[in-house]
Amino acid sequence: MNIKLLDKLLFILLIIMSAIFIFPVFIVLINSFKLKFSIASAPFLLPTRDTFTGFDNYIEGIKNTGFPAALGWSLFITVFSVLAIIVFTSMTAWYITRVKSIFNSLLYYALVFSMIVPFQMVMFTMSKTANVLRLDNPIGIIIIYLGFGAGLSVFMFSGFIKTVPLTIEEAATIDGCNTLEVFWRVVFPILKPTAITVAILNTMWIWNDYLLPYLVIGNDYKTIPIAVQYLKGGYGSVDMGAMMAMLVLSIIPVVVFYLSCQKYIIKGVASGAVKG
Amino acid sequence: MKNPIKRYFPIFVMPTLLAFAVAFLIPFVLGFILSFTEFRTVSDATFVGLENYIIALRDDSTFLPSLWFTVKFAVVSVITINVIAFLLALMLTRTVPGTSLFRTVFFMPNLIGGIVLGYIWQVIINGVLYNFNYSITSNANFGFWGLIILMNWQMIGYMMIIYIAGIQNIPTDILEAARVDGAGALTILRKITIPSVMPSITICLFLTITNSFKLFDQNLALTAGAPANKTQMVALDIYNTFYSRTGFEGVGQAKAVIFFIIVAIIALAQLKFTRGKEVES
Amino acid sequence: MKLRITSLLTALLCLLAGIGLTGCRGKDKSEVYFLNFKPESASVYEELAKLYKEETGVSVKVVTAAANNYEQTLKSEIAKSSAPTIFQVNGPVGYDAWKDYCLDLKDSKLYSFLTDDSLAIKEDGGVYAIPYVVEGYGIIYNDAIMKKYFALPNKKTDINTAEEIDSFEKLKAVAEDMTANLSALGIKGVFASTSLSSGEDWRWQTHLLNIPLYRELFDKDNNADVSLAMLDTKEITHKYSKNFENIFDLYINNSVTPKTLLGSKSVADSMAEFALGEAAMVQNGNWAWSQISGVKGNTVKETDIKMLPIYMGIEGEKGQGICIGTENYFAINKNASEEQQKNSLAFLEWLFSSETGKKYVTEKLGFITPFNTFSETELPNDPLAKEISRYMADDSVKNIPWAFTAFPSDAFKKEVGSALLDYVQGEKKWEDVKKIITDKWKSERG
Repeated sequence: MNIKLLDKLLFILLIIMSAIFIFPVFIVLINSFKLKFSIASAPFLLPTRDTFTGFDNYIEGIKNTGFPAALGWSLFITVFSVLAIIVFTSMTAWYITRVKSIFNSLLYYALVFSMIVPFQMVMFTMSKTANVLRLDNPIGIIIIYLGFGAGLSVFMFSGFIKTVPLTIEEAATIDGCNTLEVFWRVVFPILKPTAITVAILNTMWIWNDYLLPYLVIGNDYKTIPIAVQYLKGGYGSVDMGAMMAMLVLSIIPVVVFYLSCQKYIIKGVASGAVKG
Repeated sequence: MKNPIKRYFPIFVMPTLLAFAVAFLIPFVLGFILSFTEFRTVSDATFVGLENYIIALRDDSTFLPSLWFTVKFAVVSVITINVIAFLLALMLTRTVPGTSLFRTVFFMPNLIGGIVLGYIWQVIINGVLYNFNYSITSNANFGFWGLIILMNWQMIGYMMIIYIAGIQNIPTDILEAARVDGAGALTILRKITIPSVMPSITICLFLTITNSFKLFDQNLALTAGAPANKTQMVALDIYNTFYSRTGFEGVGQAKAVIFFIIVAIIALAQLKFTRGKEVES
Repeated sequence: MKLRITSLLTALLCLLAGIGLTGCRGKDKSEVYFLNFKPESASVYEELAKLYKEETGVSVKVVTAAANNYEQTLKSEIAKSSAPTIFQVNGPVGYDAWKDYCLDLKDSKLYSFLTDDSLAIKEDGGVYAIPYVVEGYGIIYNDAIMKKYFALPNKKTDINTAEEIDSFEKLKAVAEDMTANLSALGIKGVFASTSLSSGEDWRWQTHLLNIPLYRELFDKDNNADVSLAMLDTKEITHKYSKNFENIFDLYINNSVTPKTLLGSKSVADSMAEFALGEAAMVQNGNWAWSQISGVKGNTVKETDIKMLPIYMGIEGEKGQGICIGTENYFAINKNASEEQQKNSLAFLEWLFSSETGKKYVTEKLGFITPFNTFSETELPNDPLAKEISRYMADDSVKNIPWAFTAFPSDAFKKEVGSALLDYVQGEKKWEDVKKIITDKWKSERG
């Protein structure tokens, strides 16, 4: 078989596939500029002079959902939760890998175990616990995310730490560094690629998470997914126009984040998986 | 020799441990206990033995159907996602122009959240069905295939990346040697490529199965279980039992425990099975 | 390097300290927390809270549950340390679920405001929930379209005004003849969409079903206290199932929307169809006024909006009125601090007796209240509320009470809604729907 021809065919096939992958986002984009009653029946038509509404849908949607606040809370919660996860779980992973004890290996298995437990198992008791401990605010939820993200993150850090030779750390200890310095000056720089992977996986999860923040802080602070869902339920029916506009607005930060750290994201996902 | 690190337990482990206890350990144990009680807000729980489990498995009209729906969904989506992702990975590891651009495009949907994805696809699927005077809630099959399409759209890129990494890890000299020996493309695929990417297959199966079973946001946004709870998956059923039916909190918690056990068994069995395969090859 | 590590750790410690501090910060123990049931009134309540704060200095926090999520929101909120102080129950069944949280209100001023104190929910001499709005529903029609029909030269019925429709036969004849003349009337269907998407089916599984089930109860004992008798009903025969089918079929066969699409329609969709003049009739209540008036580009005139009773061919339905009652009762959280309870009641009393409060209640909330603090002229001015008042004042008709507040459970209503959707989509026969109604009644009540 002619290899050149095969590659050409594959190329065309890939182009078609790409079009299919981009199509839904494109549809949402064009509909966000259409009158709300002309969306449901004919979503595939481009806006015409009769159906074009400019930015009306955006204005309406922002008004109804409080989108800027939601964006702020989503950013705040995601950034600080991911930071907390990186800092604390890398330290924990190093400690329990280096110090062998029954308690530490129990903790390790408990953390790994938490990865397979469905959220529904703890949804009520967790939100109740969070409330009793007064963690039902945007700062407290960071602790919840640290606890929930700890499983995967410790697991990934430990997997990597096991491959780091002890001699480097021992040399640093002999040079007179205390344990904290050893970790932050010697070990953590080696962990950096894993840290990036952990950060990316957790960012993807926390940014898009709906049920956890909805149950813990949803009535007082809306993150983006909660704001989008509220648009559906809060007004008896969906204002399709505003909905399309909000979908576009919630996709924009994701696309910006993706295009600017694409290299890390794809690498992170690939190496995260191989370690698992 | 005394390990000098030990003294640092409070700094290195305590924060994570406390957060883990609050967010997971305590709620998990509490949840397990509550599944044997009748309660409304925890403090008023009374012990009822296995009653909640009996109600969930025998009297409840939605739990078993939603479990069955989830199983069907998981089987179909796991197969389609992995086959398509693997084929794309094969194509993108050839010398086709623009591979990195294609990779970027295919991976993108994975970063969009489940709620947002659900509404995007609702518009598109309803837009198509509208021409035939149907909507996604007209028939449970529409919802089922809608969820499959959505899940494929979201997960294919992710799995593809993992497969690409696996394929790129195959040493080129083995492939060269096989070609010199006159092995055809299919033989290479069967005898070399697939066995070598077994670790990737393991992880991809694991990820797709658990994600399919735990699917919630997409289900809520796309169909919310309509029509008549026939497209309701287990996670959504548990949520609805818990929060929309007064007096059924214990039953909801019992369903959650059953759900947890099923997911745990699948995860373990599946890991064991594929790990075994890897050793063989 | 060393410095950087120390500063990083210090920063983290500060963060932790910050968490600790916010965690311990006590919440305002006198604040009123009102968990609102009506999404359409959310902005009005927020305005009222602001006014009240200016007047009295007491802050009122208003949280509105998303439509159809009230029970769910209440459940998660009431378990919290700062739980709602004012919440709502939807009648005796709702009270039963939340009785552990309801404060006895028998000595409150709010209770003394009731024109008819039998309306409140009582148990063992205590008063636990007080209704705050009386509402009514029926078939809302656009008289302009009806007049157009009655003026048609090829009209097949001998009915000449909408008021003459006083039985199911006449309603059916008119509706079907109108369907035959859709283009002449300039409408897409006689009835607006029978919305059956999830959470949007309460007009049928609750409001419409109220009539046959109430009539069945009435046949057994026509002197009973409706909601109590309904609560005591362990089993039903649903003997008027055929009549329920009559009206339901009439709605879906003469609809703006083909049957296959009804499962995707919401209440707001059908109210928009009515407001835009695409449909001549829609079954709904006076609360729908804000939805009708809020639709952009609506064509229906205020003076053309009228209401008909829902006829379904049950024997003796001549002289039947519309369905009037309430499912909105306020309760005060028993577990709130004494000061919160006092403030909460004071807020409600202010709302229903002060000049400002009353003005908002009649003009912006559009409530017909059951309180004696409102004079006969202090009534909402919208066309639907006027229709309700007209039916209430008309002694020649017998209005139907809201017996559905004593339906067994939300799960019962949901199952009925699902069965109706299955029926519409051809997956169930009417016999199956009937069986589900009787079976579920029994199992959910048991």
